[in-house]
Amino acid sequence: MNAVIELAGVSKTFAGARVLHDLTIAIAEGSFTALVGASGSGKTTTLKLVNRLVVADGGTVRVLGDPVDSLPVTALRRRIGYVFQGIGLFPHMSVAENIGITPRLLGWDRARIAQRVAELLKLVALPADYAVRLPAALSGGERQRIGMARALAAGAKIMLMDEPMGALDPVTRDRLGRDYRALHGALGLTTLMVTHDIQEALLLADRVVVMAAGRIVADASPRALLEGGAAPEAAALIEVATRQSAEIAAMRAGSADG
Amino acid sequence: MDERFAPALAALPADLAAHIVLSAAALVLGMLIALPLAAFAARRPRLRAVALGLAGVVQTIPALALLALFYPLLLAGSTLVRPLGLSLPALGFLPSLMALSLFAVLPMLRNGIEGLIGLDPAVLEAADAVGMTAWQRLRIVELPLAAPVVMAGVRTAAVWTIGTATLATTVGQTCLGNLIFTGLQTEDWVTVLVGCIAAALLAITVDALLALVQRGVSPRKPARVIAGAGLLIAGVIAALAALAPGTHTRYVVGAKNFGEQFILAALIRDRLAATGAQVEVRSGLGSAVAFRALAASDIDVYVDYSGTLWTNVMGRTDTPAPAAMRASITRWMTATRGVRVLGPLGFENAYALAMRRDRAAALGVRTIADLARVAPRLTLGADLEFLGRPEWRAIAHAYGLHFAASRAFSPTFMYRALGDGTVDVISAFSSDGRIAERDLVLLTDPAQAIPAYDALILLSPARAHDMRLVRALSPLIGSITPERMRTANLSVDRDAGKISPDAAAALLAAPPVRRNAGG
Repeated sequence: MNAVIELAGVSKTFAGARVLHDLTIAIAEGSFTALVGASGSGKTTTLKLVNRLVVADGGTVRVLGDPVDSLPVTALRRRIGYVFQGIGLFPHMSVAENIGITPRLLGWDRARIAQRVAELLKLVALPADYAVRLPAALSGGERQRIGMARALAAGAKIMLMDEPMGALDPVTRDRLGRDYRALHGALGLTTLMVTHDIQEALLLADRVVVMAAGRIVADASPRALLEGGAAPEAAALIEVATRQSAEIAAMRAGSADG
Repeated sequence: MDERFAPALAALPADLAAHIVLSAAALVLGMLIALPLAAFAARRPRLRAVALGLAGVVQTIPALALLALFYPLLLAGSTLVRPLGLSLPALGFLPSLMALSLFAVLPMLRNGIEGLIGLDPAVLEAADAVGMTAWQRLRIVELPLAAPVVMAGVRTAAVWTIGTATLATTVGQTCLGNLIFTGLQTEDWVTVLVGCIAAALLAITVDALLALVQRGVSPRKPARVIAGAGLLIAGVIAALAALAPGTHTRYVVGAKNFGEQFILAALIRDRLAATGAQVEVRSGLGSAVAFRALAASDIDVYVDYSGTLWTNVMGRTDTPAPAAMRASITRWMTATRGVRVLGPLGFENAYALAMRRDRAAALGVRTIADLARVAPRLTLGADLEFLGRPEWRAIAHAYGLHFAASRAFSPTFMYRALGDGTVDVISAFSSDGRIAERDLVLLTDPAQAIPAYDALILLSPARAHDMRLVRALSPLIGSITPERMRTANLSVDRDAGKISPDAAAALLAAPPVRRNAGG
């Protein structure tokens, strides 16, 4: 399988503090990879290296085989979708204008943009009449659906997601996660998602990369991680997740018995 | 309509139109400086601090001083560009525009920067991530979102500019300040009021229209933006149209900032206008500004006083006899400045020290020497210039004068202060009609520390040999006796039954009693 994102020997230092150490990872086309780790583990920095929101000090970052600094940064970003916890919808623009921003920057004509916006609203399961609303009139979950639609609008096949559901309530989070997972498969996307929630990672991704202190400490499928044998940092995360699930299941069983 | 409003209302349209054009030009120029600077400096903390600091320093300079400072700067600039065959007008519109634009920068710069750095970082990150260039991010995201805050800064700047523009009168720019300053000097409160109310109404109207634009930019109501901006632009165009015929002025008559000067400027204007010439009066000029403006040919003619030229312009400290002084002034002016002294009007307006008759009698003061004995217990009231003038230093030095305190007033308030005992002695002008009216005594000057102050007509280097001007004004030489000038001055300065400087000039012109100028 082709690697669409490759990081080789990448390091990064912020204000004297080293946040990434000689990091190497390849992301295969069509994969759904979760980057998991505690705050400060370097997972968000790793993600942002891909669309050059962060520039590496050393090593190489390639997207679709080309080093990221070999083409204009705007061209690079217009072919990569980016979805993050802050969402960052443009508050003075309608939903349609928000979704259509990258096509507009790419110079698409109005009719083509309007058609694409209609397609995307359907894709993210929102009513067509949302097109004329302003972001302030939407719920948090609806806003992030628009954020995802905006990221996909110009036909990006690579999606970078930074805690995309971090600010949502658990029910909305669960639904949006499942819906995105389905989109990922249907559109043949390659997704790299940062999350600190190991359960979310285990449920959505087909590959989980655990980071600690700027290094990769585990890299396996969810099933392999659950079966054990991972590094201590990863094992601890898995242990918490499985124990909490078991405790909740036991509680439920107890109340059903009583 | 009350009779007393007529002269002020007649002058209002021209003053208002000039005020609008000046304010609008200054605001637009200020915006062209402030907004790009705000956009450039917003994300550069060090530059931001420097820019805000500089704009803040400009704001602490009194507006009047900033206007006056541009005069010598432009004169120096004019010297620099002269080899290129260019000249900069150092008086009037250009210095007013520059000073007012600088004043307008701070509120727009501060709000521009605050509007830009106060934006949601998530929105800016999204703008970068969707692939906007820096310019696209500014145009599509940052400016529209910062617009309400930026517009608030523009509104503040507009109100400040319209208010401060009234001071442009002092550097010879016609504006609503002409009504205010002329009215203040002649205690014509109706004229002052007309000027103040017009400036206030203009500021309120412009602020309301800009508020309409501001409310239009945030919730995206283009109709409001178009209506507000359209009305503003229409106002400026109407003002420009109103001014257009007046721009081809042939002669510019200068006047300093007191009643006698207003009357003489009106007299000169009327004589020139009678020849069919276009004439403009620039009144309210500071003493030093008036002479420099004449030497630079920014104004064509004005009346100054021999003692003032002798001490302040030529820097002399001796006090020769009046005729000898006039002769050497005439030679010096021609030789060093190219300024022509057309001749004396026939009266003197000397600096003098005056007291209330009862107070002087009680203290036993008749001469300045007498005054020096009791001065340490007395308060001196002076006009705004006197304490800074070499004449005052000469008098103080010659008699060893030391007052307990000294206070500066505009002339009309100085007389009030003497009347109610706030001050004991004032710096008066010998041609002032109020001296007789208020029964004041002028203290004699046995040491002859005060030079003569013969009123002289001065012509600029460019007009020194303008025959139309010379022919029109020569009949004024020696034609105004001290008594006639004092009567004319009193007619505009007195509290009850006062007349306008224009009417006083007409009275003064009525029976031109020809008299020998006496050298």
